[in-house]
Amino acid sequence: MIKSSTVNNLSYPDTGVIMRTENITKVFPGTVALNQVNYKIYKGKINVLVGENGAGKSTLMKILVGNEQYTKGRVILEGEDIHVRSPQDASRHGISIIYQELDLCPNMSIAENIFLAREVVHNGIIDKKMQQHLAHGLIQRLEHKINPSTLVGDLRIGAQQIVAIAKALSQNAQILVMDEPTSALNTAEVKVLFRLIYELKSKGITIVYISHKLDEILQIGDCITVLRDGSIVAEEAVKNVDMHWIIEKMIGRKLEALFTHKEHKIGETLFRVEDITLPRVGGGYVVNHASFDLHKGEILGIYGLKGAGRSEMFECLIGANPRATGKIWLGDQDIGGYTTLKRIQAGLVLVPEDRQRDGLVLTLSVAHNMILASLKKYLDRFGLFLVSNKEKKAVNASIKELSIRVADPKNPVVSLSGGNQQKVVVAKGLLTSPKVLMLDEPTRGIDVGAKHEIFEIMEDLAEQGYGVLFVSSELKEILAMSDRILVMSKGTITGEFTREEANEAKLIDALVLGNGLKNKNVNNKQEVK
Amino acid sequence: MSEGKATKTKQLSHITKIDIQQLILRGRVFLALIIVITVFALLSPGFLNIANLIIMSKHVAIFAILGIGMTFVILSAGIDLSVGSIVGLSAMIAGGLINEGIQLPQFGVIIYPNAWMVIIITLLVGILMGAINGIVITRFKVAPFIATLGMLYIARGFAGLRNNGYTFSNIIGKAEFGNTGFDKLGASTFLGLDYSIWIMLVFGLVAYFVTTRLPFGRHVYALGGNRRAAALSGVRTNRTVTIVYMISGLCSAMVGLIIASQLVAAHPATGDSFELTAIAAVVLGGTSLMGGRGSIGGTIIGAFVIGVLSDGLVILGFSTFLQKIIKGIVIVGAVVIDQIQIGMQERIALQRQELK
Repeated sequence: MIKSSTVNNLSYPDTGVIMRTENITKVFPGTVALNQVNYKIYKGKINVLVGENGAGKSTLMKILVGNEQYTKGRVILEGEDIHVRSPQDASRHGISIIYQELDLCPNMSIAENIFLAREVVHNGIIDKKMQQHLAHGLIQRLEHKINPSTLVGDLRIGAQQIVAIAKALSQNAQILVMDEPTSALNTAEVKVLFRLIYELKSKGITIVYISHKLDEILQIGDCITVLRDGSIVAEEAVKNVDMHWIIEKMIGRKLEALFTHKEHKIGETLFRVEDITLPRVGGGYVVNHASFDLHKGEILGIYGLKGAGRSEMFECLIGANPRATGKIWLGDQDIGGYTTLKRIQAGLVLVPEDRQRDGLVLTLSVAHNMILASLKKYLDRFGLFLVSNKEKKAVNASIKELSIRVADPKNPVVSLSGGNQQKVVVAKGLLTSPKVLMLDEPTRGIDVGAKHEIFEIMEDLAEQGYGVLFVSSELKEILAMSDRILVMSKGTITGEFTREEANEAKLIDALVLGNGLKNKNVNNKQEVK
Repeated sequence: MSEGKATKTKQLSHITKIDIQQLILRGRVFLALIIVITVFALLSPGFLNIANLIIMSKHVAIFAILGIGMTFVILSAGIDLSVGSIVGLSAMIAGGLINEGIQLPQFGVIIYPNAWMVIIITLLVGILMGAINGIVITRFKVAPFIATLGMLYIARGFAGLRNNGYTFSNIIGKAEFGNTGFDKLGASTFLGLDYSIWIMLVFGLVAYFVTTRLPFGRHVYALGGNRRAAALSGVRTNRTVTIVYMISGLCSAMVGLIIASQLVAAHPATGDSFELTAIAAVVLGGTSLMGGRGSIGGTIIGAFVIGVLSDGLVILGFSTFLQKIIKGIVIVGAVVIDQIQIGMQERIALQRQELK
C-alpha cells in the first residue's frame, strides 16, 4: 500500500482549490475501492485524473456526483462540508458529470433531454416552447447549430456530447466531470471537443477530465492526479510531466518488468479454423472469413481494437452464436457442428472479456463458480450426485495452482478483487481439461500485479503444451506475450507476424489496412504473409 | 460434511456481535416461525396439541409442495403463474378418470384405470403442462410471466371444459370397475401422519438433494444468477429451464391430486390463486425473485409460516379481511428485512476489513 502522505504537494499560487476530499474511503464487500483519498480539484483548471482500470477513478467520480456514498471521510466544496446524496444534490452544488456512455434518452428530443426531470412547467403543463427556446440558447452558447427538437437518437455521437454538455450547463455547473469523453469520438470530433473544453475553461468552469489516452491528457490537462489501487500516488502540474512519468506512476513499476517471456517448445497444429464468418445484421460481416491455426504450446495473440470482431469471433468458436459459419478442427476432430457443451468437452475453453457479464455467476460462491463448467467430473460412481470431497479437492488444487487469494472458497465470488475474479474464470476453464484456451482481454480491469500473474499463468500453460489464444487491444501486451500475432480489423484478419518480425509500427499499419478498401486489403494481406 | 461442522465450530469459538446479528438475519424465517408458533401457543391453549399440529401441517403441505416447484422456477429467474390452474386441471383430470374413465367410442369400450394409473396419468398431464410452459419460454422467447399467465387461463379453461363447469363428486371409484382407493391418498395416515405430509417431506428431501447435490441443481442456480455465463460454461440453458417448469407442473399436479382426494370431489375452481401463496412462501423463505439465490429448506419453512399464521388467525377468530392484511404485511416485511440484510453485509465486510 502506498501511503497518501508520500504525495508531494503541488500548489498553484494563482488559484485555489474549489473542491477536495479528505480521507475518503469506500469499501465494497471484499475490496477497498478507495483508501483515504485526499483529492483536490483546482478552480478554473482542467484537472486530469488518470489510473488503470480498477484504480478507483470511477468510484471517486461517482462519490463526487452522488451516485455512490463513501464509507468514511469528508467532501469539502469551497471550504464547506457537503454531503452529496444523489446526482440531484450534486447539481444543486453545481457539480455535473458527463458519463462515458452518455446518459441521454435516444427516444426523446434534445430539449426534452436537457430538461429531463427539471421540466420547465407552466401551470403544471410542460412549456414546450420555452424549453425549446432555452435549449436553443444553450446550444448556441456552445457555438453549435442543432435544432433542439431533433431526436437525440438521430444525432452523431459527437453531437450527442454537445447535448450532454448543454445539459450540464443548464444546471449551472461550476464543476464539470467528463468521464472518458473521447472514447467514442474520431480525431476531428476530439478537436471540436477540446475547443469546447477550452471555451468552458475560459468561462471559469472547472473541468475534471478522466481519460487513459495519455497523449490527450498531456495536450489538454493543467494538473494531473494519478490513482493506483485506490490511493492517490502522485499529483503534478501537467507541464512538468511526460508520458513515461504517467505510466510509471500508474503501474507502479517500469513497464518492461511486467511481462515475462519464456522460450517454450511449439508443437504440431492443434487447432485449425477456416472461413469463420458471422454476417452483420444489415449487411457486411462482423467476422469476415477468418482463418488461422494454432500449435501446441503456442501463444497466439490477436491484436485489434474493441469492436473489431475479436470477441465475436471467440463466441463463434465456442459455439455461442448460431448464425456463424465456418470450419473448426481441434486435433483431428471436426467440431464445427458442435454445441457449446460438446466443444468444451472436446477441449476448447473461453475466458470471456466481460467476466462479470459472461464469465461469473455473481450470486454463487468462488467454489461453485470454479466447478460450474466441469460438474460431471465430481459425480459419484453412479453418476448421480456431486461428491463434495471431489469438488473441494479440485477447487483447492486450482486455488493453489493459480495462487488465487481467497479466505474461503465458500465466499461469494464478488468478494474477490478483479484480478482474483479473473483467475477464478481461468480456473473454471482449466478444470474442464482443455487443450485450447481462448482468453479475451484477460487483463482488462485488473491491477498490475494480477496482470503479471495472468501472464505467468499463460506462459506456464503454453509450456505445458496447451494452445493459448489471446486477444488484447494493448500493443505492448501483444508484442511481449505472443509467439505469433494476428491483427484483426473490422472483422477481417489483416496481418500475421511472427514474434521476431512484429513491431508496433507494423501492427498499427495492419490495423489501418482494415479500415481501407476491401480489395486493397487482400493484396496487402498477401504481402504481409 | 464433517469438515463443514469443523469450520462451524471454529467460527463459534470467536463469535462476535456481528456474527450473532448475521445469524439472526440469516435464520430469520425460522425465527419468524418460532415467534408465530409461540404467540399462538400463548394466546390459544389448544394450539400446540398434536391433532392441531397435524391438521396445520396438512394445510401447509399443499403450499409447501407448490412452493418446492416454484422454488426451482424462481431460482432460475423465472416465475410460474399457472400453478393454481394446473392444480385445478389435475383435480378435474383425476376426477374424470375415476368417474368416467377413458372412453373409446370407436371400440365401444370404457377403460377405467386403477387408482395408481389415475395418479400417474394426472402427474404426467401436470408435467406436460409445465413442459409446454418451458417450451414456449425457451423456444419462442416469451417472457415467463406472459407464458405462464397464458397457461393460467388455458389450464383453468380446460378444467372447466372437462365437465362443463360441474364438479366430479364422490370420486371413490367402483369395486366392479376395479378403480377404488383414490380417496386413500387424502385420508390415510402412515405413522400417524397424513400421506400429504409424507409427500411434502419426500418432495422436500428429493428437491433438497437435487438443488444441492445434482449438477442439474447447480445449473439452475447458475442460470438464475447469470444466464450468459452459464451458457458459455456449457450449461444447456433451454433444456434446464424447460425441466424447471416441468418440475413445477409435477408439483402442481400432485397438489391437485391431494386436494381432489381429500375432498373426494374435483371442482374446476380448485387451486384458484394458489400460485400467489406459493410465491409468497418462496419469497418468505429467502429466495430472491431475481434468481440464483435461495433454498428449498427456506421455502418449506416459509410455507409453514404462512400456514401457521392462517390457521392461527382462524383459531383466534380474526376476520378473513384482517387475516389478509396481516399476511400481506408479513410478506412485504420479509423482503424489507432481506434488503436490510444486504446493506448489513456490506457494513460488516467493512468492519472485518478494518480489523485486519
